Amino acid sequence: MDGTQLQAVQALPIGSTSAPATRRRTWRAGLLGSEFAWAIAFIVPYIALFLVFVAYPVVYGLWLGHNPDLYSELYADPIYQRTVVNTILYLGIGVNLKMFGALMLSGFFMRRGWWVKALLLIYVLPWAVPALPTFISIHWMLNGQWGLLNNVLWNLFGIDGPGWVETSRWLALGSVIASHIWKWMPFWTVILLAGRMAIAQELYEAAEVDGATGVRKFVHVTFPLLANLYLVCTLLSTIFTLGDFNSVYFVSGGGPALSTHVLATLGIRDAFEIGRPELGVAAVMSALPLMIPLVILLMRKLRTTEVHL
Amino acid sequence: MTAEAIGSRSVRRLPRYRLRRNLKEAAALMVAVLVLIWTLAPIYNMVAVSLEKHGNVFSNDIWPAHPSLESFAVVATQSYWYLTDFWHQFGNSLYVGVATVVITLLIGSLASFSISRMRIRYGWVLSNAALMTYVIPASFLAIPFYRIMQNYGLTNNLWSVIAAEVTFATPYAIFIFQQYGASIPHELDEAARIDGASPLQIYLRIYLPLMAPALVAVGTYALLLAWNEYLYQFMLLSSKRNMTVAVALAQFLNSDEAPWNYMMATAIIYAIPPVAIYYVFRRRMTAGLTMGGVKG
Repeated sequence: MDGTQLQAVQALPIGSTSAPATRRRTWRAGLLGSEFAWAIAFIVPYIALFLVFVAYPVVYGLWLGHNPDLYSELYADPIYQRTVVNTILYLGIGVNLKMFGALMLSGFFMRRGWWVKALLLIYVLPWAVPALPTFISIHWMLNGQWGLLNNVLWNLFGIDGPGWVETSRWLALGSVIASHIWKWMPFWTVILLAGRMAIAQELYEAAEVDGATGVRKFVHVTFPLLANLYLVCTLLSTIFTLGDFNSVYFVSGGGPALSTHVLATLGIRDAFEIGRPELGVAAVMSALPLMIPLVILLMRKLRTTEVHL
Repeated sequence: MTAEAIGSRSVRRLPRYRLRRNLKEAAALMVAVLVLIWTLAPIYNMVAVSLEKHGNVFSNDIWPAHPSLESFAVVATQSYWYLTDFWHQFGNSLYVGVATVVITLLIGSLASFSISRMRIRYGWVLSNAALMTYVIPASFLAIPFYRIMQNYGLTNNLWSVIAAEVTFATPYAIFIFQQYGASIPHELDEAARIDGASPLQIYLRIYLPLMAPALVAVGTYALLLAWNEYLYQFMLLSSKRNMTVAVALAQFLNSDEAPWNYMMATAIIYAIPPVAIYYVFRRRMTAGLTMGGVKG
């Protein structure tokens, strides 16, 4: 990774909205006539984009899902109940496994040696390859009869593997979670790796002088310094995972028998396959009690703390 | 480090330094092999299936018995009924990707210039709005977005997809531009202003050239976002001529006799441009990538 460029970005508070008041401002004394017009002209495209494509859909969505009857209908629906359980499992297991794996592997990639660097180049491949082709490939790989996984199990170990995404809810949900981790762990590993590289080497040397080794260095030096970044990444990843549509839709398709839907895919199914957009919006909106606190917490963290990356 | 830590836990009490180091090295190598298998399995599968001859897909081979490039030829010459518009659809994907990059960079850089260089009043409201848009999952806005596009009569139009991609790429652009722009001294703007430069000239001659690395990082991000995204393209595009490759590929999947070798060949061709661009701009990406990434 490019250390110097990272350094440049490092010390800045994320979202420089809370700039210190003492900072010099070129146009501080108020923008004069034509300059003010320029400033407005520069900002208008973004304001228009925000109003038309974010604010309006949000308000419209709230209006579509405002009828309380929709929610009682949802809660009575066994598919919805299962979906909520799936979503919680997907978030709880998927996000934590992924982030923990990323934390461990980022340590692994700190090792020196050319083959570690070469491995890192290959390891980020899932993130660089578009989601759709790889998820379709995984879907076929997990096919019970002709998939690569079961072929390998049969040829190497003589085990007749199950239909991973066709037969059982738990196998299918596990496959979906594994696919999600496969796709996104590299990305978070790179972020945490950048975080680790920003830790001053002197700290480790000092710890070594004091007699700390492997695990103790991690517990007493690395983790305290990475904790904040790890927390922000976990929160961000929770929200992104909540909105993850592709993994579920392409790996299990919500099957078998609609048992592995999550809220994001159920909403789309209700809206487009059943043709009831209000119900779909209601399904998605029922995630708001979880999402709003997360968003508020995350925005405070992103804005007020200096996240060292 | 952690892998070392895991390795060293079981080995720590062994007396000899040499032995411990060798064991550590062996443990690291094992982790490396596992990571390699885990990472490459789906990609290997993609390649292996694409090299099967049509009709040989349903076999229990681990590697095709008679590997051939037949399916790539079929995709390239569009000689399968599902693939008749492949290159046109590829062009659509490219069109969406490039338009998303250009418009995102334009709107994002203008907005962040206005907010953080010219410091317009209430600029913080806008950067918070951008931050909030960044953390709202795109799939949660999909249904109302579709209905609105329907009302405008913009469904089955590539520009509705471009609008969606730009909407979700711009917040990240503003976010990164503001961070990166803070390292450019304000004195430069001031000097230019004293010399009589208009804000537009400052934006074009000073701001944009100095922001080049951030522009590259965000541009790559926007392209990957547009290339990764499926849901909006699927909702908004319905006719074969207006589809992108992503939508066509997913339609394959739902057809009765999915031709897996053609699908995987299509998938590989579709995946090449973003992978190539990613590896070319990888260093820049890592610099700009501080927070964020491609939303799923």
